[in-house]
Amino acid sequence: MHTAAGVEACLPIRSDMDLVWVRQHVRQAAARLGFGLVEQTKLVTAASELARNTLVHGGGGQMEAVHVSSGGVHGLRLSFTDEGPGIADLDQALSDGYTSGNGLGMGLSGARRLVHDFDIESTPGAGTTVRVTCWAAQPPRPREEV
Amino acid sequence: MPEHEADGQLATPTHEVRDFLNRRREQIAQRWADEPLFRTVFTVSRDEAVEAGKVVVDALAQVADSDQVEDPDAAGFSGVREQLARMGAARSRAGLSNTQVSSELAALRPPVENLLAADLEQAPPEHLRACSTALTVLMGTLRLVAMQTALSEWQALSDRQQMQLMEVATPVIRLWDGIVAVPLIGTLDSARSQVVMETLLNAVVDQHARFAILDITGVPTVDSLVAQHLMKTVAAARLMGAQCIVSGIRPAIAQTIVHLGLDLDVITRASLSDALGYALHQLGADIVNPGTGQR
Amino acid sequence: MSEAYSRPVTGHVPVLRLGDVLLVTLQGDLHDSTAQQLQQDLAETISRTGVRGVLIDISGVEIVDSFLGRVLAEIAAQARLLAARTVVAGMRPAVAITLVELGLTLPGLSTALSTEAGMELLGQQAPVTRPGSPRQESP
Repeated sequence: MHTAAGVEACLPIRSDMDLVWVRQHVRQAAARLGFGLVEQTKLVTAASELARNTLVHGGGGQMEAVHVSSGGVHGLRLSFTDEGPGIADLDQALSDGYTSGNGLGMGLSGARRLVHDFDIESTPGAGTTVRVTCWAAQPPRPREEV
Repeated sequence: MPEHEADGQLATPTHEVRDFLNRRREQIAQRWADEPLFRTVFTVSRDEAVEAGKVVVDALAQVADSDQVEDPDAAGFSGVREQLARMGAARSRAGLSNTQVSSELAALRPPVENLLAADLEQAPPEHLRACSTALTVLMGTLRLVAMQTALSEWQALSDRQQMQLMEVATPVIRLWDGIVAVPLIGTLDSARSQVVMETLLNAVVDQHARFAILDITGVPTVDSLVAQHLMKTVAAARLMGAQCIVSGIRPAIAQTIVHLGLDLDVITRASLSDALGYALHQLGADIVNPGTGQR
Repeated sequence: MSEAYSRPVTGHVPVLRLGDVLLVTLQGDLHDSTAQQLQQDLAETISRTGVRGVLIDISGVEIVDSFLGRVLAEIAAQARLLAARTVVAGMRPAVAITLVELGLTLPGLSTALSTEAGMELLGQQAPVTRPGSPRQESP
C-alpha cells in the first residue's frame, strides 16, 4: 500500500535549483498516491508557483510534504513556509493580476484554483505559510468499486 | 381455532414468539402470499410466494431464538437480506416510492399479529401483551432491514449508473481526418466537464485533430458555470494547437447566454453539420453538390 | 516517471536553425535561469540570422507554470518586434488544462499540434525526418 516513504519530506527552498527538486518530489509523491495525470500536473504546477513565491517574496524557506487520508482517499498536503516580510494585504495578493515580482500575477490566485484546499497565514514582518491539499480521488471513481 | 399450550410456566415473550412462528410457519406464509409485496413479486405461482414467505418466517424465528429482536444486524437476517433486496427492488421498479414499499412491508404485520392473538387467547392478558410487543418489535426490525438493504442496493445502482453515464455520455467521434466531435447530452456538471475536457483533448492528440467540435444540442441549459467549462475546454484546445467549434446552440440557449452577459469568444455554428462544413473548409476541403457544383 | 530524479536541464538549450526557422526543443524540467537564458539566446539569434520564424517544441515538457508561461509569451513578443513569428507546438493535454485553470490562456501565442503542423504554420515544409521528437507516432 501507500507508505510515507517517498511521499513525506521537508525540502529547502533556497535557489531556483531547489524549485526543480520541489517539483520532482511533488510529482513522484503524487504519482505514488495514485493521482491521475491531470491532478498530478495541477499539483506540481501549484507547488512550483508557491515555491517560487517562497523564494522570491519570502527570501527562501522550505516545503513540507505530508501524506493525509480521509475516508479511504489519499491526499497530499504541502506547506510552504518562509520568514520573509509577510503579506500585508492578503485579499490583494490573492487577486488575479496582482504582482509584486516578475510573474504574470497569477502565482497565489492561480495556485489556489489548482488545488482542493488552500489556506494562507501571514504576519507582516514575521513570514508567510501557505498550506495546500490535493486529493487523489475525485468524483469519477475507479471502476473496481462497482 | 386456538390451540393453547400454556400449561404451567410461561416461556419468555421472545421465545413464545419464536415457538409461535415455527408452529404457524405455513399459515403465516399463506397469508403473506396474499399481501401485495409477495403477490406481485412472486408471480410464477402462489407456491413460490408461500415458499419465499416461509424463508422470511424462518429468519424471524431464528432472530427471536437469539433474543435479538431489536437488532437489524442479527445473524438470523443475513439469509434473507438478498431476497428482501430483490423484493424491494422489484417493487420500486414497478414504480413504488420508498414510502410505499415501506408501508407494504408494514402490512405484513397485522396478519401475523392476528394469528398470535388467536393462539394466545387463553393466555394471561399481560403475557399476550408482552408477546405481541415482542412480535411488533421484531416485525419493525424486519422492515428496517429490508429498507436498509434496498437503500444500499439503490445507492450502489445509482453510483454505477452515474459512472456509466459519465463514460457513455462522452464519446469522441472522428468525423474526418483531423476533425473530432463530442456530442454532449444531458447536464454538464463540474465532474463531467472534467471528463469531457480530458477525453476530448486526448482525442485531439491521438487523432492529430486540428478541429474539435463540441456539440451542445443535447444540453438542456447553459448557465454561467457550463459556459465557463466550455470556455476552458476551448482555451485548452487552443493552447495545444487545435481549434474548437461549439455547435448546436439552440435559440433559447443563445438568449440565455446573451442575458447572462457571457462573452463566448469562440467560433460557433448552429448545427453539427455546419461546424463540420466550416472545419472542412478550413482544412481546404469543401463539400460540393455534384449536380450543380455548388456548395 | 522513473524512480530516479531526472536531471534538470541547466545552462543553454540548443537552438537549431532549419532554413528560415529556429527550432527549440524543450525537455523535462526547466531551470528558471535556463529559460531566461533561452529567451536571451533567441533574441540574439533572431537578430543575427534574420529568420522569419521560431518554433518551440514543448511536447517533452511536463509542466508550464506562470514563470515559463511568461517566458514563452515574452519570447513571442520580442520575436514579433524582430519580425519573426513564434509557434509553440505539442503542448500536452494535462499541461494545457492546468494552464487554463491557472488563468493563463496566453492569447498572444500561436500554437500547433506538432512540430510538423508548426512548420506548416510558419510556411515551411517540415524536414523529412527528425529523430527525437516524442510525438511522431504514425499519423
